[in-house]
Amino acid sequence: MTATTVDLVDYADATRRYDPVIGIEVHVELGTLTKMFCPAEVSFGAEPNTQVTPVSLGLPGALPVVNGKAVEYAIRIGLALNCQIAETCRFARKNYFYPDVPKNFQTSQYDEPIAYDGWIDVELEDGTVFRVEIERAHMEEDAGKNTHVGGATGRIHGAEYSLVDYNRAGIPLVEIVTRPITGAGDRAPEVARAYVQTLRDIFRALDVSEARMERGNVRADVNLSLRPTPESPLGTRTETKNVNSFRSVERAVRYEISRQAAVLDAGGTIVQETRHWHEDTGITTSGRVKSDAEDYRYFPEPDLVPIAPPREWIDEIRAGLPELPVARRRRLQGEWGYADAEMRDVVNAGAIDLIEATVAAGTSPAGARKWWMGELARRAKQDEVTLEELSVTPAQIAELQGLVDSGRINDKLARQVLEGVLAGEGDPEQVVTARGLEVVSDDGALLAAIDEALAAQPDVVEKVRGGNLGPVGAIIGAVMKATRGQADAGRVRELILERIG
Amino acid sequence: MTQDLTRLSASELADGLAAGEFTSVDATQAHLDRIAAVDGAVNAFLHVNADEALATARSVDERRAAGESLHRLAGVPIAVKDVVVTKGMPTTAGSKILEGWIPPYDATLVERIRAAGLPILGKTNMDEFAMGSSTEHSAFGNTRNPWDLDRIPGGSGGGSAAAVAAFEAPLAIGTDTGGSIRQPGAVTGTVGVKPTYGGVSRYGLIAMASSLDQAGPVTRTVLDSALLHELIGGYDPRDSTSIPGRAPALVDAAVQGAGGDLTGLRVGVVKELSGEGYQEGVSARFAQSLDLLRGLGAEVVEVSCPHFEYALGAYYLIMPSEASSNLAKFDGMRFGLRVEPEEGPVTAERVMAATRGAGFGDEVKRRVILGTYALSAGYYDAYYGSAQKVRTLIQRDFAAAFEQADVLVSPTAPTTAFRFGEKLDDPLAMYLNDVATIPANLAGVPGMSVPSGLSDDGLPVGFQILAPAKADDRMYRVGAALESALLSTWGGPLLDRAPALPTATTELEG
Repeated sequence: MTATTVDLVDYADATRRYDPVIGIEVHVELGTLTKMFCPAEVSFGAEPNTQVTPVSLGLPGALPVVNGKAVEYAIRIGLALNCQIAETCRFARKNYFYPDVPKNFQTSQYDEPIAYDGWIDVELEDGTVFRVEIERAHMEEDAGKNTHVGGATGRIHGAEYSLVDYNRAGIPLVEIVTRPITGAGDRAPEVARAYVQTLRDIFRALDVSEARMERGNVRADVNLSLRPTPESPLGTRTETKNVNSFRSVERAVRYEISRQAAVLDAGGTIVQETRHWHEDTGITTSGRVKSDAEDYRYFPEPDLVPIAPPREWIDEIRAGLPELPVARRRRLQGEWGYADAEMRDVVNAGAIDLIEATVAAGTSPAGARKWWMGELARRAKQDEVTLEELSVTPAQIAELQGLVDSGRINDKLARQVLEGVLAGEGDPEQVVTARGLEVVSDDGALLAAIDEALAAQPDVVEKVRGGNLGPVGAIIGAVMKATRGQADAGRVRELILERIG
Repeated sequence: MTQDLTRLSASELADGLAAGEFTSVDATQAHLDRIAAVDGAVNAFLHVNADEALATARSVDERRAAGESLHRLAGVPIAVKDVVVTKGMPTTAGSKILEGWIPPYDATLVERIRAAGLPILGKTNMDEFAMGSSTEHSAFGNTRNPWDLDRIPGGSGGGSAAAVAAFEAPLAIGTDTGGSIRQPGAVTGTVGVKPTYGGVSRYGLIAMASSLDQAGPVTRTVLDSALLHELIGGYDPRDSTSIPGRAPALVDAAVQGAGGDLTGLRVGVVKELSGEGYQEGVSARFAQSLDLLRGLGAEVVEVSCPHFEYALGAYYLIMPSEASSNLAKFDGMRFGLRVEPEEGPVTAERVMAATRGAGFGDEVKRRVILGTYALSAGYYDAYYGSAQKVRTLIQRDFAAAFEQADVLVSPTAPTTAFRFGEKLDDPLAMYLNDVATIPANLAGVPGMSVPSGLSDDGLPVGFQILAPAKADDRMYRVGAALESALLSTWGGPLLDRAPALPTATTELEG
C-alpha cells in the first residue's frame, strides 16, 4: 500500500455539519447440519475440501436441492425481525467469475426475498431505543475460502499461488439489509454497533446460528453517506466490506464520517465504491469502484422451483419463536427490580443468563447480582476470561448464598468457599467441610476467645463499662482473628456485652 | 451362432435372455463386435466401455442362472450420450474442455441403468455441450448417418441415433433441449422420445439449458422406448424439477397401441408446423401417416398454435441465457482442461479466459456470448424477459390445442438429413432444423419421433407426436399404433432398407 495522507475532520465537527446516513448488510451463517443445496456436512475446522459433494464443488451435472431447515431458519429470522414472509419466492443466479465460487455463479435471492419489510428496536448503552427498518432478508450460499500463499500478509496481490477450500462453499447464509438508517446523528456509530450486536443476540436466541463473530459466522458490510442536513437528499455512499466485530463496526462508521466530511469540505465528491476495513490501523481504503462494477446478470435459478412456505407452517414457526433478547431484558429487569444502570451493567457483563439461572436456583435477584457483578466479575477480569468461562455454576452460587442465608457461613467465609469452588474443590458444601470453614456457633469456644481478648485489652473494657461502646469493635476484631473469621460477628458482640455487663 | 443378435430389438433381446436362448455376454459381445466393425465409418462412439460392459453382462448372466429375479432389460446393452456423467468413464460432452475428465459420480439415470443390469457399451458422440443439429460441432469429429455416410446424423444426439440405426446398440440415451433426441431420430429412421419435463431426472446431465433439458430413450421400436423410459423415469429427490408421484404406464400404452385401434382418438395437425419450408417428400410421408391414423379410427383435426412462430426466437434467447450461466463452471480451476496464457501474468482470471478460449468451440462461444448479452443489465427485460412471456403464450397455445385434440402431430424435422458442411456456415439455417421440435421444450410437454418412411431422396422422415404434460402414455399408444400400421405397409422395419455399412473386415477385403 502506498502511504497516502488522508484528511480527516474532527468527528464532533463533522457530525455538527453533516447528517450521516447508514445502511448495514449483515450476513449470518446458519447453523444447519448440512449445506444450503446439498447434503455435505458442515462443521468448523474440518480438513480442507473434505466437506464437499459434486453439488458444492460445482461439478458438471450436479443439481441443487434446497435445505428445508435453512428455509425454516430464514423464516425464523424474518419473523423475529418483524418481516413479511413471502407467499412464494425464488432463487436467482448471481453470475460472476471467481475461483471460490465453484459454479461461477452464486445461488442467491434477487427480486424475491423470503422476508421483507421489517423492523427491529435496538437499545443503546444509555437505554435509548432506536428503531431500524429492515428492507429484506434473503437466503443465499457462502463462497469457498481463499488462501493466498507467498507475497505479503495473505493478500492476493503478489501471492505466488492461491488455495481454495470449498468446505465453506454452499453453507447457508441469510443476508439482512436495512433501509437507510437516518436520524442517528452523532450516535450513528453507536447505532450501527448496537444494531449488529442486537442481530447477533437474536440469532443466538433463535438458535439459528452460533453467531460467533470471530469465526466469521456474522459479517457486516457498512454503507455510509453524508448530507448537509436531514432534509437534503441522500448523499453518495461508500460500502465498507467485512467489518467483523462490534467495535470495528463502530470505528468504521466513525472513520468514514470523518473521512467523507473532509472530502466534502475540500469541495470533492464521494466516489461510490467498496472500501476495505483495516482492523489494525482503524482506517478504510478504497476498493473497487462501483460504477464499473460487474453486471451480475441475475436471472431466476432454473434448477430450483419456487419456495411457497405454507401459511400453517409459518404460523407454527411463529408460535415456536423464543422471547427475543430486548423483550426478555425488559421482563427480567421488572422481575428483578434492578435499576436501569444496574441492568445495563449486567447486560454488558454478559451476566444475564447466569443471574437468571442463579435466581431460578433459589437465590434472591439482589444476592445473585452481588455475586456475579462483584466477586466473580473481579475474578473474571483478573483471569481475563468471561463470566461464563469461570469454573463455577449458577447452581453453586445459589448453594453458596444459601449457606450464607442459613447462617452457616458469613460473607467473609463465603468468599473463601468460592475460592475453593473456583479451584475445583467441589460444591460449596464440600468445600465448607473440607476446609473446615463453618461459623463457630459454640458459645463455649467463643467465650474462651472473648475472655482472652478482654484480658489482653483492659483499657477497652474500662471504656465500654464507662458507656462508650465504640471500642467494642476492637475486641470483636481480636475474637474474629483468634477464630480465623469463623465466628458469627453478631453473636460475638452480644457475648462481649454480656461479659462486660 | 446363426442369429445376428444386433438385429434384434431390445424387447426381443430381453425375451431371448429370459428364455435362455443366448446370454448377455453373447448379446454384449455381438454389439461390441459390431462397433469394432462399423464404428470406424460411423464414429458414433467417443468411448467404448468393453471390459466393464462384459463384466456387467457376466454378472447378469450369473444372477439369472442363480434364479434371481431381474429387471426385464437386464443384460440388454445400451449406449449413453456423452453429456451424461458416468462414474469412472470419460465424459466430455463433446468438448475439448472436458477431455480426459473422469466423473466421480453417476447420473441418476445411469445409476438406474446400472442397478437394472444393462451393460453400458460406451459414450456416444454429440455436438459440443449438445449445441447443434448435426453433430458437426463435436470437438471429436463428425458422426456419419448410417443411411448415407456423407450426411449428418442429426444433432445434438447424432451419436446415439447413429449407434442405434447402425445396429451398434439396441438402446441409447439421448438428451433433448430443442429437439436433440427427436430430430436425430427422424433423420436416422429411429424412435426418439423427449419425456415430459421433470419425467426423467436431470441429475448428472451436463446442463445446457436447465429449464429445457430432458433425457430420454433412443431406440428402434416404440416398445423399446417405453421399456427404457420406464426404467430411467420417475421421481428423483436430487432433481428439484423432478415430478413426484407415479409416472404413467408407458409399456402398457405401447402394447395397447400396437393393437391398432385408435377409435375416438382426436389427432390435431398443428397448422403452423407444416407446409412452407417443409421438404416435399417430408410432407408426403406426413400425409400418408395421417391417412393410416384415420384408418385406425382416429379423427384428424387441424389446430392452430399462433405463437409457435415466435418459438424459435424465444428459444434462442432462453437457451443461450441459461447456457451462458451453466457453462461458466468450465474455467480450468477444478477439473478438465487448464490453459495458461501464453504471455503475461498467470492470474486466475487470465487462466479462465485462456482455458475457455482454447477449450470451447465456435458454436458454444456463440451461444455463451448471445446469452451473456441477453441477460445483461438494460437488456434483460427486452430479451430474456420477453422470451419468457412468449414461452407462456406457447404454453397457452398448447393448452388450447389439447382442448381440441388428444395428441398433436407434425413432421419432426423440415428436411431429411443434409450433407456435411451444408449449413455449418449459416447458423440460422441450422437452427431452423428444430422449428417443429422446440415448442415442446418451451412448454415442457412430451414429444416422440417415429420413423414414417423415406422421402423421395431415399432418406428417412420422422413423424412427431406431442402429448400434454404427464400424459406421455398417450403418445406411446399413438406411436405404437402408427408404427405397427407402417410396418405392415413396408413389410418389415424401415432400417432393413438402409444400405449395408462398410465394415472393418470388408474394407480389408476390398
